[in-house]
Amino acid sequence: MTQAAVQAAAAPRIKPKVSRDDWIMRACMGVIALFLVVAVLLPLYTMLSKSLENRHGDFIGLTNYAEYFSTPALFLSAVNSLQISVIATVIVLVTAFLYAYALTRTCMPLKWLFKLIAAIPLLTPSLLSGISLVYWFGNQGVAKHLLLGESIYGPIGIVIGSAYWVFPHVLMIVITALSITDARLYEAALALRAGRWRTFFTVTLPGCKYGLISAGFVAFTLIFTDFGVPKVIGGNYNVLATDIYKQVIGQQNFQMGAVVSVVLLIPAVLAFAVDRIVQRKQVALLSARAVPYQPQPRTSRDWAAFAFCTVVAAVILLMIGMAQYAALIKFWPYNLTLTLGNYEFDLANGGGWDSYHNSIRMSLYTAVVGTVIIFFGAYLMEKGRGFRAGRNGFHAIAMLPLAVPGMVLGLSYIFFFNNPANPFNFLYGTMAILVIATVAHFYTVSHLTAVTALKQMDAEFESVSASLNTPFYRTFLRVTVPVCVPAILDISMYLFLNAMTTVSAVVFIYSTDTTLASVAVLNMDDQGEIPFAAAMAMMIAYTCAGARILHAILTRGIMRTTQAWRTR
Amino acid sequence: MAADGDGKVYLRIRNLTKMFGDFAALRDVSLDVYDGEFVCFLGPSGCGKTTLLRAIAGLDIQTSGTVEQDGRDISALPPSERDFGIVFQSYALFPNMTVGKNVSYGLENRKLPRDQIRARVKELLELVGLHDQGDKYPAQLSGGQQQRVALARAMATSPGLLLLDEPLSALDAKVRVHLRGEIKDLQRRVGVTTIMVTHDQEEALTMADRIVVMDQGSIEQVGTPQEIYGEPRTSFVADFIGTMNFVPGEVIADHTVQIGGTTLTCPTDGITPGHAVTVAIRPEDINAQDIDGDDGNLVETEIRHLEFLGSFYRAELGGPAFGGHDINADFSINLVRRKNLDVGSAITVRFPAEFIRLYPRD
Repeated sequence: MTQAAVQAAAAPRIKPKVSRDDWIMRACMGVIALFLVVAVLLPLYTMLSKSLENRHGDFIGLTNYAEYFSTPALFLSAVNSLQISVIATVIVLVTAFLYAYALTRTCMPLKWLFKLIAAIPLLTPSLLSGISLVYWFGNQGVAKHLLLGESIYGPIGIVIGSAYWVFPHVLMIVITALSITDARLYEAALALRAGRWRTFFTVTLPGCKYGLISAGFVAFTLIFTDFGVPKVIGGNYNVLATDIYKQVIGQQNFQMGAVVSVVLLIPAVLAFAVDRIVQRKQVALLSARAVPYQPQPRTSRDWAAFAFCTVVAAVILLMIGMAQYAALIKFWPYNLTLTLGNYEFDLANGGGWDSYHNSIRMSLYTAVVGTVIIFFGAYLMEKGRGFRAGRNGFHAIAMLPLAVPGMVLGLSYIFFFNNPANPFNFLYGTMAILVIATVAHFYTVSHLTAVTALKQMDAEFESVSASLNTPFYRTFLRVTVPVCVPAILDISMYLFLNAMTTVSAVVFIYSTDTTLASVAVLNMDDQGEIPFAAAMAMMIAYTCAGARILHAILTRGIMRTTQAWRTR
Repeated sequence: MAADGDGKVYLRIRNLTKMFGDFAALRDVSLDVYDGEFVCFLGPSGCGKTTLLRAIAGLDIQTSGTVEQDGRDISALPPSERDFGIVFQSYALFPNMTVGKNVSYGLENRKLPRDQIRARVKELLELVGLHDQGDKYPAQLSGGQQQRVALARAMATSPGLLLLDEPLSALDAKVRVHLRGEIKDLQRRVGVTTIMVTHDQEEALTMADRIVVMDQGSIEQVGTPQEIYGEPRTSFVADFIGTMNFVPGEVIADHTVQIGGTTLTCPTDGITPGHAVTVAIRPEDINAQDIDGDDGNLVETEIRHLEFLGSFYRAELGGPAFGGHDINADFSINLVRRKNLDVGSAITVRFPAEFIRLYPRD
């Protein structure tokens, strides 16, 4: 210890007095932390302990796991999951990198259109790509011959479908990684007479290395834990996510479902941990003085990029286009008359218009309640005074949901909330539990968005308002919220889109009164009513597209009215 | 001016220590600030000046030690229970509020009648010379104007203590010089006790009633600008403020110090003969004009280097006299011209005894 440290240890320590504001802030943060504990931690814990019990609830140690790993049919799913995840990740990563490179580093025309098209998969449940593939390459598919006798039902279908719906998620990360490169590095490379390829391998790739790694892990986790695509197009090819569903819904074997969940959870948590470490490294690459890169036109490269993007965009459009076509024809492939009959969901089994309305309600509640909780929580954590341990702890809990696959979360909810002894049991089967599950499931990304926006604000706003004896909530409402409106809108949009399209978490916890559109797609498909499923999936897509347009208009309007003070 | 110490102590800081883990950002700092005076905390970055200011504000409360404001022990109080206004380098103006709204922000919380608030805002904006800018947003103002708004906002609630954290550092040089005078003038008119943190010595010298020079978490010296500049107590202060020549030497007798082959007369302040010292003198104190034969401390040197600095020349003096060390001296343009000085010229200079300072070496 230094001399000063010794002195400080000897002198009486000053114990800072906690102000009324501090108490209120900590209490509010505690309440939100409690929400996360109840909505994520406790259910997960219940699930973990269930995996160590037999059907009667007796503790049996790792017996279930032993059974799992000695049952080849079950264990094979884990291998399958890994296999298709790795293949699809590689495909989507390469495609997304080239697409992002074309968007950020070339002067090809129509960039805005390519950006727009690339976002389309975000608007639909992952199931939709499966349905579309059935129409293209299924037993009666129009392009079946392209598979040269191979079946689309199985790994091929899962890989294509997964790559399709994960594409925009990966693309966003890679675009960001490519955008942060410093133009001065390229000028230096040029001055040193490095060739194009040398520059690419020594400047471009190292510059976005961490972004690519991060994108790879995100893609892997999304595909590994996805349920929708393998459910629709997987056929007899089992993966972990479908196994959980089969064990629980099909065989009512909850213990084995819990075991599979844990097997699914472990790689997801690992990928999450690695990704966090990698992302922390990436921040260090950013320098405030970096000069943004401006691509110069070069005909051959620009047109090659244009051709590539056209192909990718065409695939996306063919996917969504086929789903739309499937929703509009009478009886594939025998009667191709156009009809709106497939939208009469009340005639179908598996969920009528009610489920669509439920989805809208659920998504709106999630967007509103979730945004309030998540943004306020992030604010309390980021701008609170003192109480460092508590704030760090809160951040850790808020990061956790990202590592938990939706299937695992949903199954955990059955174990936790369906227990009559649980004081929260009354929530089971209600709309509220769907909202809670969805907010919890998508908490982390929204939390990080909020934190980023809050970090961009002057750190001294709180100091100034404290010096002016103004309570924190006044400054929060009058300064923080107005300044962060764009981020708040982004968060609510993100929550709304995900709530509309998610299947995995809610498939275990909806009740007959709270069926959802995305689940209806699943059930209709399950029962062979594929045109209805396609139509319902398209309803979700229209709604999400509408929400995005509304979001764009709102954001632009707010930016315009607040332009006077936002220019800086 | 309360700087002479006969005024009332407004802020009494005792034995302040601030630890960040094992690192001491402040070590046992004690200081009195008198009512109505303007004090500058001056030092290089990382010296603890901002930490000290934030401890006074309650933004980062010290590990140990006490702070008393106006007789009240505020050591452990959160900022909201202390009485101060603060201006940051970043201004921290609320971007979504007009200038007027920013200034009235602290007043609105006090449930004052609306016209009274309006009158006060008007008064404050006039005080900082922005009476016609009340309806603009901060982003529409220049940096200097924004800083004035921040000042008005901090003064709105008439705090007993005004804290300025590097308020001018983000501004252009010209604006900075201008605002310097304005802030000082404003402070004098309002009479509010003010503490300003800065790393800019010129700022501190021109604005402060007293300067607190800090280094590595401790106070090196407290004094008026003249004291700090003229009688730096440590070699750190001597080096940090202004320019200073440092030459190793040795005290050989009372009032006598030797550097190289030269003996100089100067106050030795009780340093015993045989002690190694650093001999310090400012370039502008070295005299080359009006040298009478009988005056002591004359040294014959040679000009090794001559640098034109606009209003004067800085000469690098060398020769056997300094034992291989070079000493800078500032010569007026007039002198250089009159004596026709150039590189290689021999010149006799005088080291006035009263301007030589010795710092013990160990």
